[in-house]
Amino acid sequence: MRHIISILMENEAGALSRVAGLFSARGYNIESLTVAPTEDPTVSRMTLVTSGSEEIIEQITKQLNKLVDVVKLLDLTEGPHMEREMMLIKLRATGTGREELKRLVDIFRGRIIEVTASTYTVELTGNSGKLDAFLEAVGELVILEVVRSGVLGIARGEKGLRA
Amino acid sequence: MELTGAQIVVQFLEDEGVDIIFGYPGGAVLHIYDALYTQDAVKHILVRHEQAATHAADAYARSTGKVGVALVTSGPGATNAVTGIATAYLDSIPMVVLTGQVPTHLIGNDAFQEVDTLGITRPCVKHNFLVKDVADLAETLKKAFYLAASGRPGPVVVDIPKDVTAARTEYVFPKSVKMRSYNPVVKGHTGQIKKAVDLMLEAKRPMIYTGGGVVLGGAAEALTELTRELGFPITNTLMGLGGYPATDPQFLGMLGMHGTYEANMAMHHCDVLVAIGARFDDRVTGNIEKFCPTARIIHVDVDPASIAKNVKVDIPIVGQVEPVLRQALRLLRESGGKSDAEALKAWWDQIGEWRSLDCLKYDPASERIKPQLVVDTLYRVTGGDAFVTSDVGQHQMFAAQFYKFDKPRRWINSGGLGTMGFGLPAAMGVQFAHPDATVCCITGEGSIQMNIQELSTCRQYALPLKIINLNNGFLGMVRQWQEFFYQGRYAQSYMESLPDFVKLAESYGHVGMQISRPEDVEPALREAIALKDRLVFMDFLVDPTENVYPMIPAGAGLNEMILV
Ligand SMILES: Cc1cc2nc3c(=O)[nH]c(=O)nc-3n(C[C@H](O)[C@H](O)[C@H](O)COP(=O)(O)OP(=O)(O)OC[C@H]3O[C@@H](n4cnc5c(N)ncnc54)[C@H](O)[C@@H]3O)c2cc1C
Ligand SMILES: Cc1ncc(C[n+]2csc(CCOP(=O)(O)OP(=O)(O)O)c2C)c(N)n1
Ligand SMILES: [Mg+2]
Repeated sequence: MRHIISILMENEAGALSRVAGLFSARGYNIESLTVAPTEDPTVSRMTLVTSGSEEIIEQITKQLNKLVDVVKLLDLTEGPHMEREMMLIKLRATGTGREELKRLVDIFRGRIIEVTASTYTVELTGNSGKLDAFLEAVGELVILEVVRSGVLGIARGEKGLRA
Repeated sequence: MELTGAQIVVQFLEDEGVDIIFGYPGGAVLHIYDALYTQDAVKHILVRHEQAATHAADAYARSTGKVGVALVTSGPGATNAVTGIATAYLDSIPMVVLTGQVPTHLIGNDAFQEVDTLGITRPCVKHNFLVKDVADLAETLKKAFYLAASGRPGPVVVDIPKDVTAARTEYVFPKSVKMRSYNPVVKGHTGQIKKAVDLMLEAKRPMIYTGGGVVLGGAAEALTELTRELGFPITNTLMGLGGYPATDPQFLGMLGMHGTYEANMAMHHCDVLVAIGARFDDRVTGNIEKFCPTARIIHVDVDPASIAKNVKVDIPIVGQVEPVLRQALRLLRESGGKSDAEALKAWWDQIGEWRSLDCLKYDPASERIKPQLVVDTLYRVTGGDAFVTSDVGQHQMFAAQFYKFDKPRRWINSGGLGTMGFGLPAAMGVQFAHPDATVCCITGEGSIQMNIQELSTCRQYALPLKIINLNNGFLGMVRQWQEFFYQGRYAQSYMESLPDFVKLAESYGHVGMQISRPEDVEPALREAIALKDRLVFMDFLVDPTENVYPMIPAGAGLNEMILV
């Protein structure tokens, strides 16, 4: 099953490589990984998407918790949560296809953030499934370039992850 | 007091209570060596290879319970230390390794003798640090010692750039340390321990299986009390030997790939398995699908990640073994419950039958010296009271099977990484920790050559080690596998062009002996042990065809041993 794990780490040089190294050394898979500073300058927050059997996910969270730089960890998938991912996508937009693409962007509530004679660059936010669906809808033929941020996640309600 | 970084390192070691370190100098650590020169609180032992410095520090830790310390230079000094760091990592040994690094402004420039020590060691340390500012040095060192020794112990590397050792700052010894991201568990959960006690009392065919955690956690006494009170059979892993007295009738010997028939059979047939400070290594479980098919499992371990890693567990208990076992004893006594005497009697009868197979028997009347005979005799001659280090191979297994350790921290070997070359430097570390003790290194002609240069260190410091070289002329453990599983195609397992070990030992200023007849084994050992102040290298020419039995072949269950 797919799990979204949020991690607060000490803002130390090399903290990211400890996580990445753990995953490669133990053969766990990483679907996406994002890291950025938080409101607290001493920690950075990482959102990691991985998948595996219950046993493997249990080992992953235990091994992550064992890293000395990990302050706190929460498997968001264990409770109600929200996830978002942002995508920037450059599309070939020529001839009659141009109008059609614009309509699709509207339906997915994306924004066209740059227009040239032959391309649109679209910004789209949502859960990963929605982004996948958009890619499918526009079709491979017109896709020139895709950049995705990786998943961000946060628990619903009062529950939170703070150092 | 304002000190240079180098002085801080040395002063810190003294304040931390470190009286001995093992190392080898080089450019990046010259300031530190200079600071060592002007004091005598911290003794520095000059080895002949950085790998030996780490093994010696590691074995010092294994035999004392204190943190072992090694000091090496940047680049090749650090890379030479990596095998020793990984060895300590896999066996959870508390060790701090100080590595020199190029000056901070050169880091990342492919400077002379620069390697990314943090990157290279990251997968085989508990944690590592790069100290970029002398103001952080003392606190970082304190954290390193704290991390190494607490929770599940392990090696910690502190990488110190040369300019940091030259810079000056005010030094105060940090008395305590707090890390919000690191809070190892000590006491176990009372409810879980209660459940465990209840389950133990219900058991009809109980088995206790303990490992290195009992030795590391100083829990041998508590374990012995609990085991005796319950009357259960007990087995130890290779790392756990000495955690329970081997001469006690409740002890079934080591389990696992080269464990005893009775220990492995009891594991396979037990209904309640009590695993304590052991990590269900694949050398112990054999085929995991066939492991303990009828058992409910209790597992005590300080590292939550050890629990349910390989085997599903019914009652997990996270905590230090010592307080957990003490609490279990208390709860057991309070409950007034007793083990099921009738069921236990039947179980011990069954175990007696397995024991009567005498699975470790060998031919003592053989014309060639049997390696087992040498260890057996050493055990008798030393009254079972020596420190024994070993290398890796058949000789290691014979040592584990035939030297009966009644006390913890007496058996020092590399189990997890299986590092050939460990034995001799490890024996040095043990002898420095216990100057008056008899320290024996059981080795093979292959392993000993991996750190043979340390005979020079032994000479310099007059270490009276007893080296027992079980010389079978083969990389015996490799040869055994080739005999069993590769139809006797002995690819590269024959050790040719061996040195004359007697002359070699003599050239280093030691005593050398060669023993080729079984009747000379005991007199030679007695003579060697009696030479209290000399290192004696005993080259035993042993039967090259001997194999280690029992053996569980790959893919088999614990009840599927090859016996002879
Ligand atoms: C040639 C060769 C053959 C081998 N054959 C065998 C064999 O036949 N049988 C065998 O048993 N091994 C054998 N081994 C060794 C094997 O590879 C493992 O090293 C060994 O089985 C691991 O022992 P352990 O489970 O006691 O774990 P250790 O590596 O000693 O780990 C200790 C465990 O205890 C925990 N712990 C540490 N401190 C504490 C504490 N204070 N409180 C609570 N928990 C704590 C740790 O978290 C860890 O889980 C062999 C090795 C070699 C090289
Ligand atoms: C550094 C290292 N290289 C290779 C091995 C693989 N290996 C395990 S046992 C062994 C043979 C050891 O030979 P020897 O020291 O003569 O001991 P014996 O088995 O003959 O008693 C080898 C090569 C190892 N464990 N360590
Ligand atoms: Mg050999």
